[in-house]
Amino acid sequence: MITLSNLITRLPSGIVQGIIWGIMALGVYLTFKILHISDLSVDGSFSSGGIVSVMLITANINPLLSLTASFIFGLLIGTTTALLHTKAKIPAILAGILVQFGLYSINLKLTNGSANVGCNPDVFNLLVSARNINSSLITLLIIAAILTALIYWFFGTNIGRAIRACGNNGQMSTAMGINNNTCKIITLALSNGLVALSGGLMSQYQGFCDINMGKGAIVIGLAAIIIGECIVKFLLPKCTNFYVRLTSTIVGGIIYYIVMVIILWLRINSNDLKLFTAIIVAVFLALGNANKEMEGQ
Amino acid sequence: MLKVENISKVFNKDTVNEKKAITNLNLHLNEGDFLTIIGSNGAGKSTLLNCIAGTYQIDDGSIVLDGNDITKLKQFERAKYIARVFQDPLLGTAADMEIQENLSLALHRGEKRNLRYGITNKEKELFKQNLSLLNLHLEDRLTSKVGLLSGGQRQGLTLLMATIKKPSLLLLDEHTAALDPITARNVLEITDKLVNENHITTIMVTHNMQDAIDYGNRLIMMNDGKIIFDISGEQKKKLKKEDLINKFAQITNSELNNDAMLLG
Repeated sequence: MITLSNLITRLPSGIVQGIIWGIMALGVYLTFKILHISDLSVDGSFSSGGIVSVMLITANINPLLSLTASFIFGLLIGTTTALLHTKAKIPAILAGILVQFGLYSINLKLTNGSANVGCNPDVFNLLVSARNINSSLITLLIIAAILTALIYWFFGTNIGRAIRACGNNGQMSTAMGINNNTCKIITLALSNGLVALSGGLMSQYQGFCDINMGKGAIVIGLAAIIIGECIVKFLLPKCTNFYVRLTSTIVGGIIYYIVMVIILWLRINSNDLKLFTAIIVAVFLALGNANKEMEGQ
Repeated sequence: MLKVENISKVFNKDTVNEKKAITNLNLHLNEGDFLTIIGSNGAGKSTLLNCIAGTYQIDDGSIVLDGNDITKLKQFERAKYIARVFQDPLLGTAADMEIQENLSLALHRGEKRNLRYGITNKEKELFKQNLSLLNLHLEDRLTSKVGLLSGGQRQGLTLLMATIKKPSLLLLDEHTAALDPITARNVLEITDKLVNENHITTIMVTHNMQDAIDYGNRLIMMNDGKIIFDISGEQKKKLKKEDLINKFAQITNSELNNDAMLLG
C-alpha cells in the first residue's frame, strides 16, 4: 500500500543505510575528488569488507575487531590496485577493473563458495543491526563523525597536503620533491580501506554478507558525492571548506538512499533502480562538466 | 658546483624520427653564477634543463651538483637540490590549494613529509614577509586559493616558492614567455632580486636576447644540441643584441655552406 505512514516507517532504516553508503562515498571521494582517479576496485572491496567481517564474526571474533580486519583487507586491496597502476603502469581504471574482477574469486574463497553467509543478530553481539535501528543510527553517526574528523585532520598534515598537491598538479608536486606514486598508493589504500569498512558495517546491519553486495558501489559513491556538491552549491554557494564537503558527501549518501526508499515506496519496479541511478549520475556529471566549461576551466 | 659532463640525449632512438636533442655537451657553473641560455626553437635549451632537472634521463654522460652525482636520481629526488619555474604559470602552483599551503609545500621541498598538522604562526609570518617583498599584494591573502590569482601573480608566487627554501640550483624555463610585457618585466625584476639577494646559482632559458644580455653574468647560445657561443664577465657586459644576431647568422650560415658543399 502506498500510504504516508508506510513511507515514514521505512525512513529510519533508509537513513541508517544511507549513512553506511555515505561512509563508502567518503572512500570514493578520496580517489575521485582528491586524486582525480576513478577507482573501480571499490565494488570488490565493499563486498570483501562485508565478507571478512561476517566470516570473522561467525568465527566468534569481536564485531569491532572484525571491522578493523575489513579495513586492513581494504588497505591491501587498494595497495594492489595502486601498485598495478604506478609500478606496472596500467591505467587506473583498468587496474581497478582487474582487481575487482579477481576479487570475486577471492571473496568466494572467503565464504567457502557460498553466495551469502548470515550472522544472526540474536547470536552475535553486532555493532549495528536492522533489529535495533535507533542505536544503530547513533553508533553510525559517531563512526561517521570520527572518520570525517580523521580525514579532515589527515589532509591538513604535511603528507595530506602533498597528496592534495599530487592530485591537483602532478608536475608541481614532483618539482616540490613529492613522490607521486607514494601519494597514489597511500590514497588508494585508505580509500579502499574505508570502503571495506563500510561493507563490514552494511553486512552487520543487514545480518548477512553477499558476494554481490558491492556491485555498483562506485556509482552510488559518485551519486552521493554529486548530490552532496549540489547541496553545498545551493545552500552555501561560496563555501569551499573541506569539512563541509566531507559532511555533504555523507548527507549525499543519506539523500540518495532516501530517494531509493521513496522509489520503492511508489512501487516502481526495483529492477529499474540501477538504470535510474546511472542516469542521475550521468546527468549530474555532464552538468558539472558543462558548468566548468562555462567558467572557462 | 654544477658539472654537466659530456651528456647526450636522443629521442626516438633507432627510428626514422630519431632526434639528437643534445650531443656531447659540457657545462660547468660556479657557485652563484647566473647563466642565461638563448637559441632557436629545437636548439636543445629546454631539453638541457629537463635533463638537469631529471624530467628526462640522459643517455650518456654525468651530472654532478654540489659534489653529489645526481645522474641516476629521479626528478622528485633531485627536487631536494633543484627548484624550477615553468613557462606556463599554471604549472608551478596547485590551483585548488591556498597560497599558504602552496608555500608550505615549497618550504619543505625535497624533505620527507610527516604528519604534522597545519601551518605554524611562525611559518605564516615568514610567508607574509616574503610575499610583501614581491609587491604583488598577496601578503594579506594567505588563505586565498591560488586559482584566483592572475598569471603574473602566480608566476611571482612560483618564483618565491622556488627560492623560499634556498635551492643549490634554480632552473627558469622561459618563465616570462607567457606573460604580457609589463608583467614579464616585473617578474624578471623579482627574479633578479631573489637570485642576487640569496646568491642562488641559476640557469635561465629565454627567447628574449635583450633579457639574456641584461641579466646574469654568463650567456651561452645553443644550436642543434651544442653550445656554440659562451661569454661571461666583462665581455658579456659589453655584448649587444646585434652581436648575438650576427654571431647566430654567421654560425648557421657556415653550416648551410657545409651542407651545400656536401651536397655539391
